[in-house]
Amino acid sequence: MTDTILDIRGLEKTYKSGVKALDGVDLTIRRGEIFALLGPNGAGKTTLIGSVCGMVRPTGGRIEVFGKDLAKHWKQVRRDIGLVPQELSFDMFDKVIRQVRFSRGMFGCEPDDARIEEVLRSLSLWDKRDAQIRALSGGMKRRVMIAKALAHDPQLLFLDEPTAGVDVELRRDMWRQIDALREKGTTIILTTHYIEEAEEMADRVGVISKGRILLVDEKDAIMAKLGRTEAHFTFDAPLPAIPASLGEYPLHLEQGGTCLVYRGGDGTGKGKREVAEIAQVMAREGIVFTGMETRESTLEDIFVDLLHEPEVTA
Amino acid sequence: MSFNPTFNARGAFAIFKNELMRMFRTAFGSIASPVITTSLYLVVFGAAIGSRMELPGDVSYGSFIVPGLLMLTLLSESTSNASFGIYMPKFTGAIYELLSAPVGVAETLIGFVGAAAVKSMILAAIIMGTAALIIDYQVVHPILAFGYILLVSATFSLLGFIIGLWADGFEKLQIVPLLILMPLTFLGGTFYSIEMLPEPWRSVTLVNPVVYLVNGLRWTFLGQSDFPIWVSFGATLLFLLVCVAIIGWIFKTGWRLRE
Repeated sequence: MTDTILDIRGLEKTYKSGVKALDGVDLTIRRGEIFALLGPNGAGKTTLIGSVCGMVRPTGGRIEVFGKDLAKHWKQVRRDIGLVPQELSFDMFDKVIRQVRFSRGMFGCEPDDARIEEVLRSLSLWDKRDAQIRALSGGMKRRVMIAKALAHDPQLLFLDEPTAGVDVELRRDMWRQIDALREKGTTIILTTHYIEEAEEMADRVGVISKGRILLVDEKDAIMAKLGRTEAHFTFDAPLPAIPASLGEYPLHLEQGGTCLVYRGGDGTGKGKREVAEIAQVMAREGIVFTGMETRESTLEDIFVDLLHEPEVTA
Repeated sequence: MSFNPTFNARGAFAIFKNELMRMFRTAFGSIASPVITTSLYLVVFGAAIGSRMELPGDVSYGSFIVPGLLMLTLLSESTSNASFGIYMPKFTGAIYELLSAPVGVAETLIGFVGAAAVKSMILAAIIMGTAALIIDYQVVHPILAFGYILLVSATFSLLGFIIGLWADGFEKLQIVPLLILMPLTFLGGTFYSIEMLPEPWRSVTLVNPVVYLVNGLRWTFLGQSDFPIWVSFGATLLFLLVCVAIIGWIFKTGWRLRE
Protein backbone atom coordinates (compact mmCIF):
# COMPACT_ATOMS: atom_id res chain seq x y z
CA MET A 1 0.00 0.00 0.00
CA THR A 2 1.39 3.38 -0.88
CA ASP A 3 -1.47 5.76 -0.09
CA THR A 4 -0.60 8.80 1.99
CA ILE A 5 -1.41 8.75 5.68
CA LEU A 6 0.32 12.00 6.66
CA ASP A 7 1.01 14.98 4.44
CA ILE A 8 2.89 17.98 5.77
CA ARG A 9 3.31 21.09 3.62
CA GLY A 10 5.41 24.15 4.43
CA LEU A 11 5.30 23.53 8.17
CA GLU A 12 6.86 26.30 10.21
CA LYS A 13 7.35 26.87 13.89
CA THR A 14 9.02 29.86 15.43
CA TYR A 15 9.07 29.84 19.24
CA LYS A 16 8.50 32.99 21.27
CA SER A 17 12.23 33.08 21.96
CA GLY A 18 12.71 33.63 18.23
CA VAL A 19 14.14 30.17 17.59
CA LYS A 20 12.94 28.83 14.27
CA ALA A 21 12.48 25.12 14.97
CA LEU A 22 10.77 24.22 11.70
CA ASP A 23 11.53 26.05 8.50
CA GLY A 24 9.15 25.01 5.76
CA VAL A 25 9.01 21.25 6.27
CA ASP A 26 7.42 19.18 3.50
CA LEU A 27 6.96 15.51 4.29
CA THR A 28 4.72 12.71 3.07
CA ILE A 29 4.33 9.46 4.98
CA ARG A 30 2.88 6.38 3.32
CA ARG A 31 0.39 4.10 4.99
CA GLY A 32 1.98 1.03 6.54
CA GLU A 33 5.60 2.12 6.38
CA ILE A 34 8.20 2.66 9.06
CA PHE A 35 9.75 6.05 8.59
CA ALA A 36 12.88 7.04 10.48
CA LEU A 37 13.52 10.71 11.07
CA LEU A 38 17.18 11.30 11.75
CA GLY A 39 18.67 14.48 13.03
CA PRO A 40 21.01 15.91 15.64
CA ASN A 41 19.77 17.49 18.87
CA GLY A 42 17.76 20.63 18.19
CA ALA A 43 17.10 19.67 14.57
CA GLY A 44 13.33 19.96 14.98
CA LYS A 45 12.35 16.29 15.28
CA THR A 46 10.34 16.64 18.48
CA THR A 47 8.78 19.92 17.33
CA LEU A 48 7.65 18.20 14.14
CA ILE A 49 6.06 15.36 16.12
CA GLY A 50 4.56 17.83 18.58
CA SER A 51 2.96 19.77 15.73
CA VAL A 52 1.12 16.69 14.54
CA CYS A 53 0.27 15.40 18.01
CA GLY A 54 -0.97 18.66 19.50
CA MET A 55 1.74 19.78 21.91
CA VAL A 56 3.06 22.46 19.59
CA ARG A 57 1.12 25.12 17.70
CA PRO A 58 2.70 25.55 14.27
CA THR A 59 3.14 29.12 13.06
CA GLY A 60 2.68 28.21 9.42
CA GLY A 61 1.95 25.42 6.98
CA ARG A 62 -0.62 22.68 6.75
CA ILE A 63 -0.92 19.14 8.09
CA GLU A 64 -3.25 16.52 6.66
CA VAL A 65 -3.70 13.21 8.45
CA PHE A 66 -5.80 10.40 6.96
CA GLY A 67 -6.68 12.90 4.22
CA LYS A 68 -8.19 15.37 6.70
CA ASP A 69 -7.00 18.83 7.67
CA LEU A 70 -5.63 18.47 11.19
CA ALA A 71 -6.50 22.06 12.12
CA LYS A 72 -10.18 21.48 11.35
CA HIS A 73 -10.68 17.82 12.24
CA TRP A 74 -8.14 17.48 15.06
CA LYS A 75 -10.39 15.54 17.37
CA GLN A 76 -11.42 12.92 14.86
CA VAL A 77 -7.88 12.58 13.54
CA ARG A 78 -6.16 12.31 16.92
CA ARG A 79 -8.37 9.39 17.84
CA ASP A 80 -6.14 7.30 15.55
CA ILE A 81 -2.74 8.75 16.42
CA GLY A 82 -0.50 7.38 19.13
CA LEU A 83 2.56 8.95 20.67
CA VAL A 84 5.42 7.61 22.74
CA PRO A 85 7.35 10.68 23.88
CA GLN A 86 11.02 10.75 24.65
CA GLU A 87 10.63 11.36 28.38
CA LEU A 88 9.08 8.88 30.79
CA SER A 89 5.99 10.88 31.68
CA PHE A 90 3.15 9.38 33.68
CA ASP A 91 1.65 9.16 37.13
CA MET A 92 4.44 7.18 38.80
CA PHE A 93 2.24 6.29 41.76
CA ASP A 94 -0.45 4.65 39.68
CA LYS A 95 -0.62 0.99 38.70
CA VAL A 96 0.38 -0.17 35.23
CA ILE A 97 -3.00 -1.56 34.18
CA ARG A 98 -4.90 1.49 35.41
CA GLN A 99 -2.69 3.86 33.44
CA VAL A 100 -3.13 1.80 30.28
CA ARG A 101 -6.91 1.68 30.77
CA PHE A 102 -6.89 5.43 31.37
CA SER A 103 -5.10 6.05 28.07
CA ARG A 104 -7.57 3.87 26.18
CA GLY A 105 -10.51 5.69 27.70
CA MET A 106 -9.09 9.14 27.06
CA PHE A 107 -8.87 8.34 23.36
CA GLY A 108 -12.58 7.56 23.33
CA CYS A 109 -12.39 3.75 23.22
CA GLU A 110 -14.83 1.56 25.06
CA PRO A 111 -13.35 -0.47 27.92
CA ASP A 112 -11.87 -3.73 26.67
CA ASP A 113 -9.94 -5.72 29.24
CA ALA A 114 -9.12 -8.44 26.69
CA ARG A 115 -7.38 -5.87 24.49
CA ILE A 116 -5.57 -4.35 27.46
CA GLU A 117 -4.34 -7.81 28.42
CA GLU A 118 -3.19 -8.42 24.85
CA VAL A 119 -1.21 -5.17 24.79
CA LEU A 120 0.35 -5.81 28.19
CA ARG A 121 1.26 -9.40 27.30
CA SER A 122 2.82 -8.31 24.01
CA LEU A 123 5.11 -6.01 25.96
CA SER A 124 5.82 -8.55 28.71
CA LEU A 125 4.03 -6.33 31.21
CA TRP A 126 1.15 -8.60 32.16
CA ASP A 127 2.92 -9.93 35.25
CA LYS A 128 3.57 -6.33 36.33
CA ARG A 129 0.03 -5.10 35.71
CA ASP A 130 -0.69 -4.41 39.38
CA ALA A 131 2.72 -2.95 40.13
CA GLN A 132 3.18 0.73 40.87
CA ILE A 133 4.94 2.28 37.89
CA ARG A 134 7.61 3.88 40.06
CA ALA A 135 8.70 0.41 41.19
CA LEU A 136 9.52 -0.70 37.65
CA SER A 137 12.91 -0.62 35.97
CA GLY A 138 13.66 2.05 33.36
CA GLY A 139 13.12 -0.39 30.52
CA MET A 140 9.79 -1.54 31.93
CA LYS A 141 8.68 2.05 32.37
CA ARG A 142 9.40 2.65 28.71
CA ARG A 143 7.28 -0.36 27.84
CA VAL A 144 4.46 1.15 29.87
CA MET A 145 4.75 4.28 27.72
CA ILE A 146 4.42 2.13 24.62
CA ALA A 147 1.49 0.18 26.11
CA LYS A 148 -0.29 3.48 26.82
CA ALA A 149 0.25 4.60 23.24
CA LEU A 150 -1.00 1.30 21.84
CA ALA A 151 -4.02 0.98 24.11
CA HIS A 152 -6.31 2.73 21.64
CA ASP A 153 -4.99 0.88 18.57
CA PRO A 154 -3.65 3.87 16.64
CA GLN A 155 -3.19 3.68 12.88
CA LEU A 156 -0.32 6.15 13.03
CA LEU A 157 2.24 5.84 15.80
CA PHE A 158 4.97 8.31 16.67
CA LEU A 159 7.95 7.03 18.59
CA ASP A 160 10.20 9.82 19.78
CA GLU A 161 13.58 8.26 20.52
CA PRO A 162 11.94 5.00 21.63
CA THR A 163 15.14 3.28 22.65
CA ALA A 164 17.04 6.23 24.10
CA GLY A 165 18.83 5.14 27.23
CA VAL A 166 17.81 1.48 27.10
CA ASP A 167 20.25 -1.41 26.98
CA VAL A 168 21.04 -3.33 23.81
CA GLU A 169 18.87 -6.31 24.69
CA LEU A 170 15.82 -4.20 25.38
CA ARG A 171 16.47 -2.14 22.25
CA ARG A 172 16.36 -5.29 20.12
CA ASP A 173 13.23 -6.35 21.95
CA MET A 174 11.67 -2.98 21.09
CA TRP A 175 12.62 -3.45 17.46
CA ARG A 176 10.77 -6.74 17.48
CA GLN A 177 7.74 -4.97 18.93
CA ILE A 178 7.91 -2.31 16.24
CA ASP A 179 8.21 -4.97 13.59
CA ALA A 180 5.13 -6.73 14.97
CA LEU A 181 3.21 -3.45 14.76
CA ARG A 182 4.24 -3.02 11.15
CA GLU A 183 2.93 -6.53 10.46
CA LYS A 184 -0.42 -5.40 11.82
CA GLY A 185 -0.43 -2.45 9.43
CA THR A 186 0.43 0.35 11.86
CA THR A 187 2.30 3.22 10.26
CA ILE A 188 5.27 4.19 12.41
CA ILE A 189 7.32 7.35 12.46
CA LEU A 190 10.31 7.13 14.71
CA THR A 191 12.98 9.62 15.54
CA THR A 192 16.28 8.28 16.61
CA HIS A 193 19.89 9.05 17.26
CA TYR A 194 20.78 5.42 16.62
CA ILE A 195 21.50 5.10 12.93
CA GLU A 196 21.60 1.34 13.48
CA GLU A 197 17.96 1.58 14.44
CA ALA A 198 17.03 3.31 11.21
CA GLU A 199 19.07 0.83 9.19
CA GLU A 200 17.47 -2.09 10.98
CA MET A 201 13.87 -0.90 11.02
CA ALA A 202 13.04 1.78 8.52
CA ASP A 203 11.60 1.49 5.05
CA ARG A 204 12.37 5.13 4.38
CA VAL A 205 14.62 7.62 6.05
CA GLY A 206 14.40 11.38 6.37
CA VAL A 207 17.22 13.58 7.56
CA ILE A 208 16.32 16.82 9.32
CA SER A 209 18.67 19.57 10.39
CA LYS A 210 18.01 23.12 11.54
CA GLY A 211 14.30 22.71 10.94
CA ARG A 212 14.70 21.66 7.31
CA ILE A 213 14.34 18.26 5.73
CA LEU A 214 17.60 17.60 3.93
CA LEU A 215 16.77 14.27 2.41
CA VAL A 216 13.93 11.78 2.21
CA ASP A 217 14.26 8.52 0.39
CA GLU A 218 14.03 4.74 0.56
CA LYS A 219 16.72 3.49 2.88
CA ASP A 220 18.20 1.25 0.18
CA ALA A 221 18.06 4.06 -2.38
CA ILE A 222 19.97 6.34 -0.02
CA MET A 223 22.62 3.70 0.38
CA ALA A 224 22.76 3.27 -3.39
CA LYS A 225 22.99 6.99 -4.06
CA LEU A 226 25.28 8.02 -1.27
CA GLY A 227 26.90 4.80 -0.10
CA ARG A 228 30.66 4.39 -0.51
CA THR A 229 33.23 1.62 -0.31
CA GLU A 230 36.53 2.37 1.31
CA ALA A 231 39.56 0.07 0.96
CA HIS A 232 43.07 0.36 2.39
CA PHE A 233 45.97 -1.62 0.86
CA THR A 234 49.14 -1.50 2.96
CA PHE A 235 52.72 -2.06 1.78
CA ASP A 236 56.00 -2.74 3.58
CA ALA A 237 57.91 -0.65 1.02
CA PRO A 238 56.31 2.63 0.01
CA LEU A 239 55.00 3.02 -3.54
CA PRO A 240 56.57 5.98 -5.34
CA ALA A 241 53.33 6.62 -7.28
CA ILE A 242 50.02 5.04 -8.17
CA PRO A 243 50.71 2.37 -10.82
CA ALA A 244 49.57 3.47 -14.28
CA SER A 245 47.48 0.32 -14.66
CA LEU A 246 45.30 1.53 -11.78
CA GLY A 247 44.86 5.01 -13.14
CA GLU A 248 41.14 4.59 -13.88
CA TYR A 249 40.22 3.94 -10.21
CA PRO A 250 39.59 6.59 -7.50
CA LEU A 251 42.83 5.95 -5.60
CA HIS A 252 45.30 7.99 -3.64
CA LEU A 253 48.37 7.31 -1.55
CA GLU A 254 48.59 8.02 2.17
CA GLN A 255 51.19 7.56 4.95
CA GLY A 256 54.18 8.27 2.72
CA GLY A 257 53.12 5.80 0.07
CA THR A 258 52.70 2.80 2.39
CA CYS A 259 48.89 2.90 2.14
CA LEU A 260 46.85 2.94 -1.05
CA VAL A 261 43.33 4.15 -0.38
CA TYR A 262 40.29 3.49 -2.53
CA ARG A 263 37.09 5.53 -2.02
CA GLY A 264 34.37 4.84 -4.51
CA GLY A 265 31.35 2.78 -5.40
CA ASP A 266 27.73 3.77 -5.18
CA GLY A 267 26.19 1.33 -2.75
CA THR A 268 25.21 -1.13 -5.51
CA GLY A 269 28.26 -3.37 -5.17
CA LYS A 270 30.37 -1.50 -7.70
CA GLY A 271 32.86 -0.54 -4.99
CA LYS A 272 33.48 -4.13 -3.93
CA ARG A 273 33.96 -5.18 -7.56
CA GLU A 274 36.48 -2.42 -8.18
CA VAL A 275 38.42 -3.28 -5.01
CA ALA A 276 38.64 -6.91 -6.20
CA GLU A 277 39.83 -5.75 -9.63
CA ILE A 278 42.51 -3.54 -8.04
CA ALA A 279 43.73 -6.49 -5.99
CA GLN A 280 43.89 -8.69 -9.08
CA VAL A 281 45.80 -6.05 -11.09
CA MET A 282 48.39 -5.63 -8.33
CA ALA A 283 48.81 -9.40 -8.01
CA ARG A 284 49.27 -9.70 -11.76
CA GLU A 285 51.90 -6.96 -11.80
CA GLY A 286 53.77 -8.34 -8.80
CA ILE A 287 52.95 -5.42 -6.52
CA VAL A 288 53.00 -7.06 -3.10
CA PHE A 289 50.61 -5.65 -0.49
CA THR A 290 50.81 -6.93 3.07
CA GLY A 291 47.33 -6.04 4.21
CA MET A 292 43.89 -5.15 2.89
CA GLU A 293 40.95 -3.68 4.75
CA THR A 294 37.58 -2.75 3.26
CA ARG A 295 34.46 -1.23 4.70
CA GLU A 296 31.12 -0.12 3.36
CA SER A 297 29.87 3.25 4.47
CA THR A 298 26.98 3.11 6.90
CA LEU A 299 23.90 5.25 7.08
CA GLU A 300 25.76 7.04 9.83
CA ASP A 301 28.52 8.09 7.43
CA ILE A 302 25.89 9.36 5.02
CA PHE A 303 24.09 11.12 7.83
CA VAL A 304 27.26 12.85 9.01
CA ASP A 305 28.13 13.82 5.43
CA LEU A 306 24.69 15.30 4.91
CA LEU A 307 24.90 17.36 8.07
CA HIS A 308 28.21 18.77 6.92
CA GLU A 309 26.90 19.45 3.44
CA PRO A 310 23.52 21.06 3.98
CA GLU A 311 23.32 22.04 0.32
CA VAL A 312 22.56 18.38 -0.50
CA THR A 313 18.79 18.33 -0.65
CA ALA A 314 16.18 15.83 -1.66
CA MET B 1 -16.01 1.32 17.43
CA SER B 2 -18.09 4.50 17.53
CA PHE B 3 -16.38 7.76 18.34
CA ASN B 4 -18.21 11.04 18.61
CA PRO B 5 -15.77 13.86 17.79
CA THR B 6 -18.21 16.51 19.03
CA PHE B 7 -17.99 15.30 22.60
CA ASN B 8 -15.67 12.50 23.69
CA ALA B 9 -17.74 11.25 26.63
CA ARG B 10 -15.45 8.27 27.30
CA GLY B 11 -12.48 10.62 27.36
CA ALA B 12 -14.17 12.94 29.87
CA PHE B 13 -15.15 9.99 32.06
CA ALA B 14 -11.62 8.53 31.88
CA ILE B 15 -10.13 11.80 33.15
CA PHE B 16 -12.83 12.14 35.80
CA LYS B 17 -12.30 8.59 37.06
CA ASN B 18 -8.52 8.90 36.96
CA GLU B 19 -8.65 12.11 39.00
CA LEU B 20 -11.01 10.64 41.58
CA MET B 21 -8.79 7.57 41.91
CA ARG B 22 -5.78 9.82 42.38
CA MET B 23 -7.57 11.73 45.12
CA PHE B 24 -8.69 8.56 46.87
CA ARG B 25 -5.11 7.25 46.74
CA THR B 26 -4.28 10.06 49.13
CA ALA B 27 -7.63 9.89 50.90
CA PHE B 28 -6.26 10.00 54.42
CA GLY B 29 -4.40 13.25 53.92
CA SER B 30 -6.92 14.90 51.66
CA ILE B 31 -10.07 13.97 53.60
CA ALA B 32 -8.93 13.42 57.18
CA SER B 33 -6.96 16.65 57.36
CA PRO B 34 -9.79 19.12 56.54
CA VAL B 35 -12.23 17.11 58.65
CA ILE B 36 -9.96 17.24 61.70
CA THR B 37 -9.23 20.95 61.16
CA THR B 38 -12.91 21.80 60.86
CA SER B 39 -13.74 19.72 63.91
CA LEU B 40 -11.14 21.62 65.91
CA TYR B 41 -12.62 24.93 64.77
CA LEU B 42 -16.06 23.74 65.85
CA VAL B 43 -14.83 22.59 69.22
CA VAL B 44 -12.75 25.68 69.96
CA PHE B 45 -14.94 28.39 68.43
CA GLY B 46 -18.31 26.71 68.56
CA ALA B 47 -18.24 25.07 71.94
CA ALA B 48 -15.60 26.95 73.96
CA ILE B 49 -15.60 30.57 72.75
CA GLY B 50 -19.05 30.51 71.14
CA SER B 51 -20.91 30.71 74.42
CA ARG B 52 -19.46 34.19 74.99
CA MET B 53 -20.43 35.49 71.52
CA GLU B 54 -23.56 37.53 70.99
CA LEU B 55 -25.15 37.34 67.55
CA PRO B 56 -28.04 39.26 66.02
CA GLY B 57 -31.21 37.16 66.25
CA ASP B 58 -31.59 33.94 68.24
CA VAL B 59 -29.07 31.79 66.36
CA SER B 60 -26.57 29.76 68.34
CA TYR B 61 -22.95 30.51 67.56
CA GLY B 62 -22.21 26.88 66.76
CA SER B 63 -24.86 26.64 64.06
CA PHE B 64 -23.82 30.11 62.83
CA ILE B 65 -20.23 29.10 62.06
CA VAL B 66 -21.01 25.71 60.43
CA PRO B 67 -21.74 27.23 56.97
CA GLY B 68 -18.71 29.54 57.36
CA LEU B 69 -16.39 26.64 58.17
CA LEU B 70 -17.93 24.62 55.36
CA MET B 71 -17.21 27.49 52.97
CA LEU B 72 -13.64 27.73 54.28
CA THR B 73 -13.07 24.06 53.43
CA LEU B 74 -14.94 24.22 50.11
CA LEU B 75 -12.91 27.17 48.85
CA SER B 76 -9.51 25.86 49.86
CA GLU B 77 -10.09 22.20 48.92
CA SER B 78 -11.81 22.88 45.58
CA THR B 79 -9.05 25.27 44.57
CA SER B 80 -6.21 23.04 45.79
CA ASN B 81 -7.55 19.81 44.31
CA ALA B 82 -8.22 21.22 40.86
CA SER B 83 -4.97 23.18 40.72
CA PHE B 84 -2.94 20.15 41.81
CA GLY B 85 -4.85 17.91 39.41
CA ILE B 86 -3.79 19.83 36.31
CA TYR B 87 -0.42 21.04 37.63
CA MET B 88 0.96 17.56 38.31
CA PRO B 89 0.68 16.34 34.69
CA LYS B 90 2.36 19.60 33.66
CA PHE B 91 5.11 19.01 36.21
CA THR B 92 5.73 15.35 35.28
CA GLY B 93 5.28 15.87 31.54
CA ALA B 94 2.24 13.57 31.43
CA ILE B 95 0.24 16.50 30.04
CA TYR B 96 1.43 15.30 26.61
CA GLU B 97 -1.26 12.65 26.71
CA LEU B 98 -4.04 15.14 27.41
CA LEU B 99 -2.81 17.39 24.61
CA SER B 100 -2.46 14.57 22.10
CA ALA B 101 -5.78 12.92 22.96
CA PRO B 102 -9.08 13.79 21.28
CA VAL B 103 -10.29 15.78 24.27
CA GLY B 104 -11.18 19.47 24.19
CA VAL B 105 -12.04 22.04 26.79
CA ALA B 106 -15.42 20.48 27.66
CA GLU B 107 -14.03 16.98 28.29
CA THR B 108 -11.06 18.37 30.21
CA LEU B 109 -13.21 20.53 32.46
CA ILE B 110 -15.73 17.78 33.15
CA GLY B 111 -12.86 15.44 33.97
CA PHE B 112 -10.61 17.60 36.12
CA VAL B 113 -13.04 20.17 37.52
CA GLY B 114 -15.83 17.62 37.91
CA ALA B 115 -13.60 15.33 39.96
CA ALA B 116 -12.36 18.18 42.15
CA ALA B 117 -15.93 19.41 42.70
CA VAL B 118 -17.16 15.91 43.56
CA LYS B 119 -14.40 15.52 46.09
CA SER B 120 -15.37 18.84 47.65
CA MET B 121 -18.99 17.68 47.82
CA ILE B 122 -17.91 14.46 49.56
CA LEU B 123 -15.83 16.51 51.99
CA ALA B 124 -18.77 18.83 52.63
CA ALA B 125 -20.97 15.85 53.46
CA ILE B 126 -18.35 14.43 55.84
CA ILE B 127 -17.85 17.79 57.54
CA MET B 128 -21.57 18.31 57.95
CA GLY B 129 -21.85 14.84 59.44
CA THR B 130 -18.95 15.52 61.79
CA ALA B 131 -20.41 18.89 62.80
CA ALA B 132 -23.72 17.22 63.63
CA LEU B 133 -21.88 15.06 66.16
CA ILE B 134 -20.38 18.10 67.89
CA ILE B 135 -23.10 20.74 67.77
CA ASP B 136 -26.79 21.00 67.13
CA TYR B 137 -27.63 22.73 63.84
CA GLN B 138 -30.28 22.67 61.14
CA VAL B 139 -30.37 23.19 57.39
CA VAL B 140 -33.46 25.26 56.64
CA HIS B 141 -33.22 24.97 52.82
CA PRO B 142 -31.47 21.61 52.17
CA ILE B 143 -32.02 21.54 48.39
CA LEU B 144 -30.76 25.08 47.97
CA ALA B 145 -27.85 24.28 50.30
CA PHE B 146 -26.93 21.31 48.10
CA GLY B 147 -27.23 23.44 44.96
CA TYR B 148 -25.17 26.23 46.45
CA ILE B 149 -22.42 23.89 47.69
CA LEU B 150 -22.33 22.35 44.21
CA LEU B 151 -22.11 25.80 42.60
CA VAL B 152 -19.31 26.96 44.90
CA SER B 153 -17.39 23.66 44.51
CA ALA B 154 -17.57 23.87 40.71
CA THR B 155 -16.69 27.58 40.63
CA PHE B 156 -13.63 27.30 42.84
CA SER B 157 -12.52 24.10 41.15
CA LEU B 158 -12.55 26.14 37.93
CA LEU B 159 -10.48 28.80 39.67
CA GLY B 160 -8.11 26.07 40.87
CA PHE B 161 -7.81 24.74 37.35
CA ILE B 162 -6.78 28.20 36.14
CA ILE B 163 -4.24 28.48 38.97
CA GLY B 164 -2.84 25.04 38.07
CA LEU B 165 -2.38 26.12 34.47
CA TRP B 166 -0.85 29.43 35.47
CA ALA B 167 1.55 28.05 38.08
CA ASP B 168 5.05 27.17 36.98
CA GLY B 169 6.16 26.00 40.40
CA PHE B 170 4.75 24.56 43.62
CA GLU B 171 5.10 27.92 45.35
CA LYS B 172 2.73 29.63 42.92
CA LEU B 173 0.31 26.75 43.39
CA GLN B 174 -0.03 27.71 47.05
CA ILE B 175 -0.08 31.50 46.70
CA VAL B 176 -3.75 31.98 45.84
CA PRO B 177 -5.25 29.45 48.28
CA LEU B 178 -3.05 30.45 51.21
CA LEU B 179 -2.37 34.14 50.69
CA ILE B 180 -5.62 35.26 49.09
CA LEU B 181 -8.49 32.83 49.67
CA MET B 182 -7.69 31.91 53.26
CA PRO B 183 -7.43 35.53 54.56
CA LEU B 184 -10.48 36.60 52.56
CA THR B 185 -12.47 33.70 54.03
CA PHE B 186 -11.40 34.51 57.58
CA LEU B 187 -12.31 38.16 57.00
CA GLY B 188 -15.45 37.20 55.11
CA GLY B 189 -17.73 36.55 58.05
CA THR B 190 -16.84 32.92 58.70
CA PHE B 191 -16.76 33.47 62.44
CA TYR B 192 -18.83 36.65 62.78
CA SER B 193 -21.69 38.59 61.29
CA ILE B 194 -20.64 41.74 59.48
CA GLU B 195 -23.41 43.45 61.46
CA MET B 196 -21.04 43.11 64.41
CA LEU B 197 -18.36 45.24 62.72
CA PRO B 198 -18.03 49.00 63.33
CA GLU B 199 -17.66 51.42 60.44
CA PRO B 200 -15.50 51.83 58.36
CA TRP B 201 -14.64 48.08 58.59
CA ARG B 202 -18.17 47.07 57.80
CA SER B 203 -18.05 48.98 54.49
CA VAL B 204 -14.54 47.70 53.72
CA THR B 205 -15.75 44.13 54.24
CA LEU B 206 -18.37 44.61 51.55
CA VAL B 207 -15.67 44.57 48.84
CA ASN B 208 -14.58 41.10 49.97
CA PRO B 209 -16.30 38.69 47.56
CA VAL B 210 -16.10 35.82 50.03
CA VAL B 211 -18.54 37.68 52.32
CA TYR B 212 -21.28 37.04 49.78
CA LEU B 213 -20.33 33.37 49.45
CA VAL B 214 -20.37 32.76 53.20
CA ASN B 215 -23.63 34.61 53.60
CA GLY B 216 -25.20 32.76 50.70
CA LEU B 217 -24.48 29.40 52.30
CA ARG B 218 -25.48 30.74 55.71
CA TRP B 219 -28.86 31.74 54.30
CA THR B 220 -29.49 28.19 53.04
CA PHE B 221 -28.62 26.84 56.51
CA LEU B 222 -30.26 29.45 58.78
CA GLY B 223 -32.81 31.10 56.53
CA GLN B 224 -31.25 34.46 57.31
CA SER B 225 -28.07 36.30 56.36
CA ASP B 226 -26.54 39.75 55.96
CA PHE B 227 -27.54 39.98 52.25
CA PRO B 228 -30.37 38.81 50.01
CA ILE B 229 -29.68 35.28 48.70
CA TRP B 230 -29.96 36.29 45.05
CA VAL B 231 -26.89 38.53 45.43
CA SER B 232 -24.82 35.55 46.57
CA PHE B 233 -26.15 33.18 43.91
CA GLY B 234 -25.76 35.81 41.18
CA ALA B 235 -22.20 36.75 42.18
CA THR B 236 -21.09 33.09 42.35
CA LEU B 237 -22.69 32.27 39.02
CA LEU B 238 -21.04 35.29 37.42
CA PHE B 239 -17.65 34.23 38.81
CA LEU B 240 -18.21 30.71 37.44
CA LEU B 241 -18.92 32.10 33.98
CA VAL B 242 -15.83 34.31 34.13
CA CYS B 243 -13.70 31.26 35.03
CA VAL B 244 -15.21 29.22 32.17
CA ALA B 245 -14.50 32.09 29.76
CA ILE B 246 -10.88 32.31 30.93
CA ILE B 247 -10.38 28.56 30.54
CA GLY B 248 -11.98 28.68 27.09
CA TRP B 249 -9.49 31.39 26.14
CA ILE B 250 -6.59 29.33 27.54
CA PHE B 251 -7.55 26.32 25.43
CA LYS B 252 -8.07 28.46 22.36
CA THR B 253 -4.71 30.20 22.61
CA GLY B 254 -2.78 27.34 24.21
CA TRP B 255 -1.48 29.71 26.92
CA ARG B 256 0.73 27.72 29.34
CA LEU B 257 -0.49 24.53 27.66
CA ARG B 258 0.93 24.32 24.17
CA GLU B 259 4.23 25.72 22.98
